[in-house]
Amino acid sequence: MKLTRLIEFLRDHMKVVVRVCLVALALLVLLDALPAVVDKEHAHTWMEHVPGFWALFGFVGCVLLFVLSKTFGHFGVTTREDYYDE
Amino acid sequence: MSDFWLHPALILIVGSLLLPLVPARLKKGYLLLVPLLTFLHTISMAKGVFGEVQFLDWTLVFGRVDKLSAVFGYIMSLMCVIGTLYGMHVKEDAQHAAAWLYVSGSLGAIFAGDFLTLFVFWELMAFSSVFLIWFRRQPESLAAGYRYLLVHVVGGISLLAGIVLHCKATGSWAFTSLDVHHPSFAAYLILIGFILNAAVPPLHAWLPDAYPAGTFNGSVFLSAFTTKTAVYALCRGFAGMELLVVLGVVMSLYGVVYAVIENDMRRLFAYHIVSQVGYMVTGVGLGTELAINGACAHAFAHILYKGLLFMGGGAVLHMTGQTRFTELGGLYKKMPWTFLFTLVGGLSISAFPLLSGFVSKSMIVQAGFDHHVLWAAFLLNLASIGTFYCNGLKAPYLVWFGKSHCKPETWERAAEPPWNMLAAMGFTSFMCVFIGCYTPFLYNMLPYAVDYHPYTSYHVSESLQILLFTALAFFVLVKVGKLHPHAGLNIDLDWFYRMGGRAFLWAAKKPIQLTDSFVGELYRLAGLIPLMFSARTSGRFDNRVIDGAVDGLAETVRGIGSRLRFVQRGQMQENLAFAFAVAAVLIVIFIFAYNTFAQ
Repeated sequence: MKLTRLIEFLRDHMKVVVRVCLVALALLVLLDALPAVVDKEHAHTWMEHVPGFWALFGFVGCVLLFVLSKTFGHFGVTTREDYYDE
Repeated sequence: MSDFWLHPALILIVGSLLLPLVPARLKKGYLLLVPLLTFLHTISMAKGVFGEVQFLDWTLVFGRVDKLSAVFGYIMSLMCVIGTLYGMHVKEDAQHAAAWLYVSGSLGAIFAGDFLTLFVFWELMAFSSVFLIWFRRQPESLAAGYRYLLVHVVGGISLLAGIVLHCKATGSWAFTSLDVHHPSFAAYLILIGFILNAAVPPLHAWLPDAYPAGTFNGSVFLSAFTTKTAVYALCRGFAGMELLVVLGVVMSLYGVVYAVIENDMRRLFAYHIVSQVGYMVTGVGLGTELAINGACAHAFAHILYKGLLFMGGGAVLHMTGQTRFTELGGLYKKMPWTFLFTLVGGLSISAFPLLSGFVSKSMIVQAGFDHHVLWAAFLLNLASIGTFYCNGLKAPYLVWFGKSHCKPETWERAAEPPWNMLAAMGFTSFMCVFIGCYTPFLYNMLPYAVDYHPYTSYHVSESLQILLFTALAFFVLVKVGKLHPHAGLNIDLDWFYRMGGRAFLWAAKKPIQLTDSFVGELYRLAGLIPLMFSARTSGRFDNRVIDGAVDGLAETVRGIGSRLRFVQRGQMQENLAFAFAVAAVLIVIFIFAYNTFAQ
């Protein structure tokens, strides 16, 4: 199946894929800093004018949500699977 | 009634009743035909007020077709086509009948112009959808179905009480916007009925409890209709109620937190219904034209991509028998197309540019910024990080990639699902892309004129940064070994009624046990000696008289029993499903007949 072959091709060239992605991320922040490309006229707060603000928001937000949720789970919310079985 | 007006729900109700009579070779065609007819009829209905019926002293309105109800009617009837196609190979008629009745309940509620009609169809939804859970035929589905029904009955009672009080105070049954700035007690009761169906915390626990317990195709229907019909009702009745902004933002984050720690794929998706409906509830609370447009657009897009996610989860369940991440992994070799379609759903819900969520979710966030409710807008953006993390990254990664936790028999069983399931997923994926790329399709349907452009450089840059850096954080978490699935159950607020139910049972048993031991003691003291005597006497009697009589009786009962076995089919759910169908039709016929003869 072609789709499986494509996925395996990408997996086999993981290092290149990762590098391309990292370059794309860097480019994204770079372009955000160029007013000619990204027009921030409609930004709502001063923070959003900082280049890469939403990139930081995404990265920190994700780690924060992960850590907070797991901590919440450890406070007795996550329990054994047969908890409700009598 | 002036002219004849055919209610789209009636096509589905009659269609479901005729279903058992259709010969097996025509069944698949019939299963497609009925929802397609419903869909075509729904989208071709003229705007206006139809189906007005005088009933006792009241005027019931079955067909209020305006821009708000039309957009919801469009997507509900389209989803009925997709859901039926997805489960077309299911042989059991009652499952299709229950699903169609459920949809007809939703369509009936959406087009209802008065509170009484709304209530009748609202209840039809609850009582027909529960079968989509029961038909799974697992012990936990039976229990979850009963809990689902009980919770909805409570919500229904609150709604009915609110309706009665409201109509008594205002003298009108018309379902129009309520006074949201000075809400009466009745308005609050109605609100409770609505937000319970919209799964707003703390009234949400029925959803992640019941939806993962449904059948593989039943949950596709469940994911679409109840909550979004409630969003419609909120748009109609409570637009601009500020309380809903707070509740909406809370629920968007609440769903995310539980989804992050969830181990069951379908329950994760269910928690993200809570989260996504949070956006819509926030939109309703903001109440501006852009926000209401956003709530409707997001409901429209959400029904498709959430249906797609549940179809992906359902396909995995159907083909492997598993939905827990601790029992899955590495399945891309076996189910690549299911992976691709589920990924489209995951990226759409995450609001990736060129996909449906991008053009709908952003309207609500934008309305928040425009309304200067900055905290709400920022928190909704935070929730969208969790949305991408769970639906676009965690679930696809743990099911199709990552370390395989499949048992040998799971791996052996796993394969692509039947063609109709893939076709339904393929079509829904196409719709997600189409809506994302061609915005006028959705925007022209919305209640208010749309002056909003999602594809500005700033918005695309903002979204891509948030999403791609969330992905970066995800892969860092994978790299440092933080992303192993853990078997476990997360306690939610259903704990209160589950444990409350047990406490009630315990309290009921305790007095009985006390009485029982008291009687036992009395019996031992006062009854033992006379008993010994009577036992000897009755022993002799028993040997000669009773044995003969009992043997004869038992023989007779066995004979009757074996005859009855052929009559009784033993499928309680099936019988009940058709009983409800008949009841729904009788009510409709009764109202129409009453109207005809009364004039």
